[in-house]
Parts: sequence; structure tokens; C-alpha cells
Amino acid sequence: MTDPTAKPSASTADAGSAGLDARLVVRRPGFALDIELTAAPGEVVALLGPNGAGKTTALRALAGLVGLDGGHITLAGTRLDSSPPEARRIGVVFQDYLLFPHLTALDNVAFGPRCRRVPRRQAREQATEWLTRVGLADFVRAKPRQLSGGQAQRVALARALAADPHLLLLDEPLAALDARTRLETRAGLRGHLTSFPGATILVTHDPLDALMLADRLIIVEDGRIVQTRDAATITARPRTDYVARLVGLNLYRGRADDTSVRLPDGFRLITASPQQGDVFVAFPPSAVALYAARPDGSPRNTWRATVSTVARHGDALRVELTGPITVAADVTPAAAVQLDLTPGREIWATLKATEATAYPA
Amino acid sequence: MIPALAGLAFLVLPLAGLLIRAPWTTLPARLAEPGILAALRLSLLTATLATMACLLLGVPLAWLLARTDFRGRRIVRALVTVPLVLPPVVGGVALLLVFGRRGLIGEWLDATFGVTLPFSTAGVVLAEAFVAMPFLVISVEGALRGADARFEEAAATLGASRWTAFRRVTLPLIAPGVAAGAVLCWARALGEFGATITFAGNFPGRTQTMPLAVYLALEQDVDAAIVLSLLLLAVSVLILATLRDRWTTT
Repeated sequence: MTDPTAKPSASTADAGSAGLDARLVVRRPGFALDIELTAAPGEVVALLGPNGAGKTTALRALAGLVGLDGGHITLAGTRLDSSPPEARRIGVVFQDYLLFPHLTALDNVAFGPRCRRVPRRQAREQATEWLTRVGLADFVRAKPRQLSGGQAQRVALARALAADPHLLLLDEPLAALDARTRLETRAGLRGHLTSFPGATILVTHDPLDALMLADRLIIVEDGRIVQTRDAATITARPRTDYVARLVGLNLYRGRADDTSVRLPDGFRLITASPQQGDVFVAFPPSAVALYAARPDGSPRNTWRATVSTVARHGDALRVELTGPITVAADVTPAAAVQLDLTPGREIWATLKATEATAYPA
Repeated sequence: MIPALAGLAFLVLPLAGLLIRAPWTTLPARLAEPGILAALRLSLLTATLATMACLLLGVPLAWLLARTDFRGRRIVRALVTVPLVLPPVVGGVALLLVFGRRGLIGEWLDATFGVTLPFSTAGVVLAEAFVAMPFLVISVEGALRGADARFEEAAATLGASRWTAFRRVTLPLIAPGVAAGAVLCWARALGEFGATITFAGNFPGRTQTMPLAVYLALEQDVDAAIVLSLLLLAVSVLILATLRDRWTTT
């Protein structure tokens, strides 16, 4: 079974032999996916990335629905690369759930146990138990079309878990839900993932889902991993524009000489963290202050900027500025009125050096 | 409007002709003739058996055409539809060449099992299935293409083998398409004439189905042919209407 030429890649120590250790290589015309993934039992790993980054392809490759062009998949110490999907013990919650429309919620959930030759009555008991666990004991007889989006999502989760998988894959589990249902379902999902003993891989393009559900984030862009760390590090120190936008930070790349960072177009930013050589500089939009006239006093980063767009952003207004650097700033609605922030208006922007972080590129 | 009405008249007039020319006064007596009932029974039996054979072989074939990708699939699909365009008599001749007593397979069947298909009731079923199967394969393949293949993927991730996924997920999803195909197939088998008379002959009680009986009666007694035609028409309309109601109301 094992291919002696394909050595298992260096896996992190915590993945161990019981978890997932995979390198997924899938080539398509105009697209190539090549990522390494590990997940320890009980760990929730989020694959985060823009649409078309290859996240769903990665999930389908893990589940065996797409063939690998290279790499390997090892789960609980067993090589699975050439196993058919039904032999992998990998559960999938699909983005649109794919509940079998002709079966009741109960029979949908009992499907997995029935396939493993659990007797019909016992399978139905197990399914009832699972539906009770996800809070749908009253819906055992409901057909999928009678369920709301949130309920269908929970039936899909119960169906995947009832098959007793070693690895659980979730493809955009909350994407099909409206905002309110999403909040409740997310909290419930978090509870079920915590009590699931196996490893979980979650695919999402929503950073909030990733931050709230996952222990570890893997950022995928163009079929490659651009960053992988715990959520706190990624949100504080993004390494690509995509991640910076996701977590709502302004991000620049430049050359540092102590606290002064020179950007490629010559603009200088003063930061609070002394560095040498190639660095990233990141700061939140709330650290940028706007003035009608050139301010006096402390801020060492002051420049003249032009308002490009103004949009609501939570309680504040997010102002996109052009000028020597493109930057997003958050201001209060009151300040926006006072400054007459309309597109095309010229203003002064300042950034406190203490709010800007520089870290090696 | 006028072409539409002309089209309708073109389809309905021959039926009306049957009804107008029918010998209504002697109808009950003619229907009671033993030969007629035997032919009707044989027709219904063989058409049903042929439909079952088509389901057994045609559904997997449709699955192969709809769900798998192999070299020469286009050619296979074209071959499947050949019996649609082939004159049934030619189909009957071809069946004789293969399954006849001296045929490619028939000789072996005869020598090994002592089975001879031509000029037997089984031969009628074979001829009808040959002509009617394309109707089933085409409608089931269409239903399969319309059904989301990802349900099968979902079933596979839950541990279902291909067969289990097909039986428990795909088949229930495409049931209306299979039913429609089976009805078409049955109706075609019921009306089959050319291949049957060529391959199975015209033996009353054994291979003489209703269409064959109609043709034979036409040469001797026009009224008898009309009675047989009316009976065939009534039975098929009745059965199709019943089935249709059952499937559209569930």
C-alpha cells in the first residue's frame, strides 16, 4: 500500500499518529494546489482564503472526491491517498448540506450508521440521539425541504458525526445562513466541534467564522499557504494584503532602519518597534486621525491625503484615503460631518508612531 | 392556429374512424372469442416482462452513460439508439442472425442449455425488449443527468458503496424519470410488430400478440381487426391513464 518514494512530510509534533498529516497536490489547467496540512485529534484548523484560492478543492481531495496529483494523506496512521471516499472515515458537511431530499431528518442521520451495517433499529436510535444533541429532537420526521437553513445545517452536522468519522471537514458551514441564524448556529457549532474527539478542518472565507471556531488558521491564496499560525498572531501580524483586509489592518512593506521604515515609493513611516532590513508595517484604521488643517504637536507621521470613499463600518465611518500611501481611517460620524469628508476633499492625516507595528518580512 | 387544428385532426381522425366503423352490435360476442383473450393476455405479459428486462439492463446502462467518462462513450450512446431508427423488421432479422438456431449465440444456447428463443414466447419478450429498451435508457439517462451527482458524493463520504449510494439515494431521486421511461418502454413493447413477427413468428397462444392478431385478422375479417384494435387501444389508454394519475398525485 505505502509508496516508499513518497516520504511523509515533516509534521508538527502535535499532529502525532492519531491526527491528520497530509500534503495535497492537485493540478488543473490554470490552477495548482499544493498545501501541507496537519491537524491533531480534537484540533480545529481553519483554511481561510479568498474565493478560488483552492480551499474547497483541498477539502474534496481530503475526502477522496478529487484525486491527488501528488503528495499523501495519512489519517490515524493509515495512508488514504488511494482509498475510495467510502473507506476513508472522513465526514463532510457540504456548503449546501446535500441532505437527501427523499429521506426524513432521522433517515438522513441514520444513513451513515446503516452503511456501516448497524442494524436498522439501532441506527435509528443513534440518529435520534444525534438529532437530540443538535437540538432537533422534534424534527426527526421532517423532510429536508421542511427545515430552515439553520436546522438543515445542524442535521448535516449530525449526519456527518453519526458516521463516526476520524476527521470532520466543514465547507463554508455558515455561508448559506442569514446573519442572525449565523450567530446562533456558530455558537452551537463551536460547542459540537469542541466535543468532537477527531480532527476538524474548516474551510471559510469569513475571518470571523475562522477566529471563533478554529484553534489554528491556515491562510491559502492561489493554491498555496501564505501564513499559518494561531489566530492572535495572524490578526496582529498579517503578511499579505488579503489577510490584512480580512483582519482590518493597514499593511505596508518597506525597509527599516531602526524605527524609521522607508516604503518603496520613498514615503517614511515612524514606528514604535525598532527593526533592520525588510519589514511589514501594520496599524489599525482607528490609529489614523484626520484634520482639516496641518496639526501641531506630537504625531511624527503626518501627510496630506485625498478622500477617496466614505462608507459605514460598524459605529464608525471607514474613510479610504489616497496620497503618498493608500490608507483606511476610521472616524466618528460627528467628525466626518465637521471635516466635510466627501470624495475628493483634501485633508491632513496623522498616525501615532506607538500604534504602528513593524515586524520582519 | 389552422396548422395546429389540422395536426390535431390528423392524430384524432383515425381513432374516430375506428370508433365509427366498429361493429358495436356484435362486439360483446366477438370479444368473448377465446383467441382474442389469449392474444391480449400474451401481449400484456410479454410487454411487462420486456419492460422488466429493460429496467434490469437499461438502468445500469443509463447510469454508465450519465455518470462515467470513458473513451467511446459517444459511440456507445449512438449504438443504444440504433433500435430507434432501425426498421423493426430489420431488427428481427438481426435478432435471428444472433439468437436464431444457427445464430452466433443461439447455436451455443441450443447446444449448451437446449434453449431455443426464436418462435417462442421468450423470443417475443426478446424482440420487444430489443425495440423498446432505447426509450428507457434515454429517459433514465436524462433523469440521471438532471439529478445532482453530488448527492452520490455525500453518500460516499458517509460510507456508502457505489451500489448502496445508487440504490438508496440516486434511484429514489430519479424514480419519476425511471417510471416515465418504463411507461414509454411498455407502450412501445405492447405495440411491437415487425421484430416480433420476424423473430418469433405468428403462433396463436404462443407468439401471436395483439398487433399480430390485428394484422392477421385484417386479411380475413375487417370487423375482427377493428374489434382487436379497439381493445388494444382501450387497454393501453386505461393502463397509461391509471399509472399517470398515480405518479402525478404522489
